[in-house]
Amino acid sequence: MSASLATVSYIGATILFILSLGGLSHPETSRRGNLYGMIGMTIAVLATIFGPRVSAAGIPWIVGSMVAGGSIGIFAARKVQMTQMPELVALMHSLVGLAACLVGFANYIDPSAAANLTSAEKAIHEVEIYVGILIGAVTFSGSIIAFGKLSGMIGGKPLLLPARHWLNLAGLLVVIYFGGAFLHAESVSAGMTPLIVMTVIALLFGIHMVMAIGGADMPVVVSMLNSYSGWAAAATGFMLNNDLLIVIGALVGSSGAILSYIMCRAMNRNFISVIAGGFGTGGGAPAAPSSGAQPVGEAVPVNAIETAELLREAKNVIIVPGYGMAVAQAQHTVYEITELLREKGVNVRFGIHPVAGRMPGHMNVLLAEARVPYDIVLEMDELNQDFPDTDVAMVIGANDIVNPAAQDDPNSPIAGMPVLEVWKAKTSIVMKRSMASGYAGVDNPLFYKENNRMLFGDAKKMLEEVFVALKS
Amino acid sequence: MPLMIGIPKETAAGEKRVATVPDVVEKLIKLGFTVAVESGAGDAANFSDDTYRAAGAGIVSDAAKLWAASDIVFKVTVPTSAEVGLMREGGTLIGFIWPAQNPELMQQLAAKKATVLAIDALPRMLSRAQKMDALTSQAGVAGYRAVIEAANVFGRFFNGQITAAGKVPPAKVFIAGAGVAGLAAIGTAANLGAIVRANDTRAEVADQVKSLGGEFVKVDYEEEGSGGGGYAKVMSEGFQQAQREMYAKQAKEADIVITTALIPGKPAPKLITAEMVQSMKPGSVIVDMAAERGGNCELTEPGQAVMKHGVTIVGYTDLNSRLAKQSSTLYATNLFRLTEELCKTKDGLINVNMDDDAIRGLTVIKEGNITWPAPAPKLPAAPAKPAAKPAAPAAKGHGHGGSSEPMAGGKLAIMFGVAALLFLFIGAYAPAAFLGHFTVFVLACFVGYMVVWNVTPALHTPLMSVTNAISSIIAIGALVQVAPPDVAGGRGLILALAVVALALTAVNMFGGFAVTQRMLAMFRK
Repeated sequence: MSASLATVSYIGATILFILSLGGLSHPETSRRGNLYGMIGMTIAVLATIFGPRVSAAGIPWIVGSMVAGGSIGIFAARKVQMTQMPELVALMHSLVGLAACLVGFANYIDPSAAANLTSAEKAIHEVEIYVGILIGAVTFSGSIIAFGKLSGMIGGKPLLLPARHWLNLAGLLVVIYFGGAFLHAESVSAGMTPLIVMTVIALLFGIHMVMAIGGADMPVVVSMLNSYSGWAAAATGFMLNNDLLIVIGALVGSSGAILSYIMCRAMNRNFISVIAGGFGTGGGAPAAPSSGAQPVGEAVPVNAIETAELLREAKNVIIVPGYGMAVAQAQHTVYEITELLREKGVNVRFGIHPVAGRMPGHMNVLLAEARVPYDIVLEMDELNQDFPDTDVAMVIGANDIVNPAAQDDPNSPIAGMPVLEVWKAKTSIVMKRSMASGYAGVDNPLFYKENNRMLFGDAKKMLEEVFVALKS
Repeated sequence: MPLMIGIPKETAAGEKRVATVPDVVEKLIKLGFTVAVESGAGDAANFSDDTYRAAGAGIVSDAAKLWAASDIVFKVTVPTSAEVGLMREGGTLIGFIWPAQNPELMQQLAAKKATVLAIDALPRMLSRAQKMDALTSQAGVAGYRAVIEAANVFGRFFNGQITAAGKVPPAKVFIAGAGVAGLAAIGTAANLGAIVRANDTRAEVADQVKSLGGEFVKVDYEEEGSGGGGYAKVMSEGFQQAQREMYAKQAKEADIVITTALIPGKPAPKLITAEMVQSMKPGSVIVDMAAERGGNCELTEPGQAVMKHGVTIVGYTDLNSRLAKQSSTLYATNLFRLTEELCKTKDGLINVNMDDDAIRGLTVIKEGNITWPAPAPKLPAAPAKPAAKPAAPAAKGHGHGGSSEPMAGGKLAIMFGVAALLFLFIGAYAPAAFLGHFTVFVLACFVGYMVVWNVTPALHTPLMSVTNAISSIIAIGALVQVAPPDVAGGRGLILALAVVALALTAVNMFGGFAVTQRMLAMFRK
């Protein structure tokens, strides 16, 4: 295959990738979108393998490594539970980051890569390598930590080192200093030391960055790392003079950046303060629970049978799921209840807050897994105005995203965050294990409202009881 | 030792209600109480002794035994002195008492060392107390029944009809007083198809009137008539003059007038004068729901339906008994809710907690000490007014992409400036080859931006997994390093790095697409 043919194939692949992302604008077209992505990837890989830059000697290695990696990948994709999607995605980001590092190192020690370059070109090439490895390393270690946090291996609490901003700044200065040393290195072996030092600092920075971020901010982190893995691919593209990589890297990078932005806006926080770590970073420390007005009144507990009665008499029901539903694996029971109510003519809908769960769109995937039709799963903006006409709003394992303090209490750490206005429904039922506050550490006045009922217990167990009571 | 709740047969003439019903008996027993019902107590409301027995209540043959055996007695109407005589020393009585009107009864009960909870003394402003509000539940039933009584004696349809036999105009109903009874009457009359107008001295009920299908008629005079506690107050002379004119006009036009105006502790205001009745069309109907307290109409005869000047004036005082089953069921539920509040431990014992605003208000005699009237309930402190515009930041930027607000001019200028400097720098130093790639990069960022804003939020997780899969395009970087054609040997380390990188990206590539496929397959309509 000639170089031109390979380039044309790359253009075709690029178009397919763009169509692939475009297809995700609607569930109906999304499957075709994914198919476009697969075709694009196949074209790109085959065009490279049979293109001018790979000789026949490499084929066995390529086939061997791809079969090995591919089978692991497919195995993992088959096995993973939908509640574990955030972990899987984080883990996969780390692989992209690591691969970017390895490609960068390989490229640096490859004498043929920079053979015919002028000095200016060589300098740019080396900057590209340096930056590519830097981003790759940050993505790698950051994603590993994110994976640890999401899977519960590392605690969700933000780790706030003293003077952490200064530490980060010092790291940046060291990286720039060694960048200078790297550019002026006479030989490959001389340049290796600064490169490795930088890599270590980048790895530490990635760890430090994600460690400082609280559990509720994980959707931002996951989408941010998604973005980084794209930038790493783009940097690799610059390094290798490969437009396909640049385009795809830029697509992925901007996609992740937009997701991060959407998530931040959904929490009414700016990106910098999320990345800088901790929640309620007004004073650096987590907000004291005493801030803002203490809720008045008492929480009214109900049992599963009373909940079933409320549901049975309702005409309009909105279910607001949160991370608690994912933890309890309660989505299938939720679906059964939904079906039962729909058969009785109850209008059941789901209200999804953008940051419900641990990654963007997490709740939608869980509900889809439980076979809940996607046309009754609505976004916050689509149904927030419908709560006054709703008889029962059922909150399953969510807290901060239904906290009226975000609107009523300007002193609340989550003031201004858009929330689902469940308290406007005639009755709201909150399913929780206890009265504990959410990730934001803010007390929730909703629990003390007159029209609110608390259903304490494990979401799955309680929902099953509700289901049984509804059926009888 | 669980307490016994006794339900005597109501003794007032014409009273058909009963203080509890079999369904509620079951719930009371679940709270731990035992329940005894006087034989025949529910007969008039169509609840036989057998149904009570089936619900778990004991049936007691006569009133004296029942009163003597019961720790707590549920009544509907104010007890007679004979009944109080039967009451056990130190017992508890729950029901309508009207302590202001019945001072002698209060003394008698106090002498019995009784604890008395007057359901009519409930602080109605506490929203927590609404479930116990028997005045409201009974007034709602009476309002409904008032319309039915009017329909009964009214000679025409309520709704307008166009039939083969000619056109029938809809009945015009005017309702004076839009309290609970008035609102129930408005809803019932509107549902029957009548044109409903209503008036109340409290202007704030106008919306409620409209929501039930009525039209609110204003008195052409400025004065606010909310007297606190959800009741109306006596209005000024000027207002009353304007109100009389309005009533005269409405009476002349209406086919049916239903009056519900009451002022606490005072005789009912005379809204409809004899002249107004005279001015009404023959065959019209007035239902005076305030008959018991003297009536809103001058010609009302309490307890009777009379014909005056061709107008039927219904002054029944037993509207609730005329719908005894419904009234009893609602009243029984009110008392049950109250019992729940008294017995939070669900052990069949009651605790009259005087620190609880609702209970404090209800309790008119505690262990022989008259505690009525209760001090004004501490209202929950008014919630702090939300600061100027707390929701403003939330309102901003709802929806996606295009809807985001234009940036402030200054900020935009700075961004353009920075971008221009950056481009200038790159243009000055970067070689041509780099610029080619840079062009592609910048354009690709914009394409990505445009495409991704269109992704529906429901698919954000598949979006992440698919972008993750396609970011394994980095495999190409590894591929070209595995075995470039023009270099031979001495590349062990490079080969190893490239092969490992390739394997890692392959995990991503296959895994990413596979898991996306799996997820997307689950989305169904």
